Amino acid sequence: MIETGEILQTMHMIQEENFDIRTITLGINLLDCSDRDPETCAARVYDKVCTTAEHLVKVGCDLERELGIPIVNKRISVTPVSLIAQGDPVPIARALDRAAYETGVNFIGGYSAMMQKGATRADERLLKSIPEVLAQTQRLCSSVNVASTRAGINMNAVREMGEIIVKTAELTRNQDGLGCAKLVVFANAVEDNPFMAGAFCGIGEPESVINVGVSGPGVVKKALEKVKGEPFDVVAETIKRTAFKITRVGQLVAREASQRLNIPFGIVDLSLAPTPARGDSVAHILTEMGLEAAGAPGTTAALALLNDAVKKGGVMASNHVGGLSGAFIPVSEDIGMIEAASCGALHLEKLEAMTCVCSVGLDMIAVPGDTSAATISGIIADEAAIGMVNQKTTAVRIIPAPGRQAGDRVEFGGLLGYAPVIPVNPYKCNDFIARGGRIPAPLHSLRN
Amino acid sequence: MTKALISVTGLDTTGIIAQVATKLAEMNINILDITQTILDGYFTMMMVVDIDGAHMEFADIDQALQSVRDTLRMTIHIQRMDIFDAMHRI
Repeated sequence: MIETGEILQTMHMIQEENFDIRTITLGINLLDCSDRDPETCAARVYDKVCTTAEHLVKVGCDLERELGIPIVNKRISVTPVSLIAQGDPVPIARALDRAAYETGVNFIGGYSAMMQKGATRADERLLKSIPEVLAQTQRLCSSVNVASTRAGINMNAVREMGEIIVKTAELTRNQDGLGCAKLVVFANAVEDNPFMAGAFCGIGEPESVINVGVSGPGVVKKALEKVKGEPFDVVAETIKRTAFKITRVGQLVAREASQRLNIPFGIVDLSLAPTPARGDSVAHILTEMGLEAAGAPGTTAALALLNDAVKKGGVMASNHVGGLSGAFIPVSEDIGMIEAASCGALHLEKLEAMTCVCSVGLDMIAVPGDTSAATISGIIADEAAIGMVNQKTTAVRIIPAPGRQAGDRVEFGGLLGYAPVIPVNPYKCNDFIARGGRIPAPLHSLRN
Repeated sequence: MTKALISVTGLDTTGIIAQVATKLAEMNINILDITQTILDGYFTMMMVVDIDGAHMEFADIDQALQSVRDTLRMTIHIQRMDIFDAMHRI
């Protein structure tokens, strides 16, 4: 029998510490929708997404009510569109956006291309369409994989993505460049990520699949408040225990959703995903460990411990773990990160260092609107290099906010939050980016 | 057996258990366990129940408890026990 104290602990985690299931994401294979005629392909895509995801939101809401835990997002990820678009991909983009409205999900991911080694004609068409598509759709998310540990870095794609990001920001100028918040540039992208904006359904995935992302930075912070001043062994153990409990609930939700939708369960993503709400911050876990602010010396070490302990605790709690699994550090979506960037404790370079030891990368960072495409490409190349060499996923989701200067504030609204515009190193890398070509894949031996 | 936890919290008054239990009996929901305490005049009760006998959708059971919430002016939550089992039992 469950004891009263245990029941109260669970209820407290949900009601006071912002514990929630961040997303149930339904992955849908669209390879069989491909057709030479873009409109025919778009119609097939719309039908398949709407049919497969018909009950997704209802099941999510039912589970939310029955288990008494918020399931914040219900989302869809699809096969990278460049793999199914034989012609113009834009009608498919519109169909996906409409399907998102029809099924009631708040985001649909997969307007994507995998070009770590080079571009197909479909990849090129898709890339060129990204700025307009992100400006004209609301719920569609886009991602491009430009590097991998095995293929190296496609510097042509890196160069192009810098330009695309600048153009996307320009086309969504009246929303502070919001389009860029729906665009991720990856190295070593994963096929089963349930989190937006980088979710897509990889070609190794089944026909359809349920992936679940848990959250709960507030729960971890509260747990650490009880071990103030204790050595790191205790800190790590406390995080592991908490991550285990959080993930068990994620596993339960994933299993139930899978059964009710009659769609196989894929993975639970163990990420600690923050929101701009107070008490739901990854940065505040770091400050709880003894840092004055995120970005202070010690931050990378603290984040490394957190990231590892979350995985160790979570992996025991679920029979399949995957996705990005780690701590997210999006600047605009985390009140502690927003505060740290605003007061000058946290710089772009420190953020880059932090991405070496945690999940994903430079995420939801607003930079001045006059940042050049080449500079953004340089930032992408640096981040891709970290991912490539360290055999991990890294990503860049950066917003050159049009008309904004360092120190200004941009608002994206909702879970996307708000961010201080942070300065970028003013020295140029134009000639470096202009070279193009590929940076070769690193050695897999002689590792030091 | 589908177990659910009903938690009732709020200012103490007469007949709380009676009203909740009556409503459950009307729906043919069997009470398996009750823990109840009063802290500084604040009533806290947890009931473990079996909802299979009700032959109702979960949302409808929750809705049916609304009249008790309104009469007693108390916070009443119902949620499946699975979440507690998942979190605290291996």
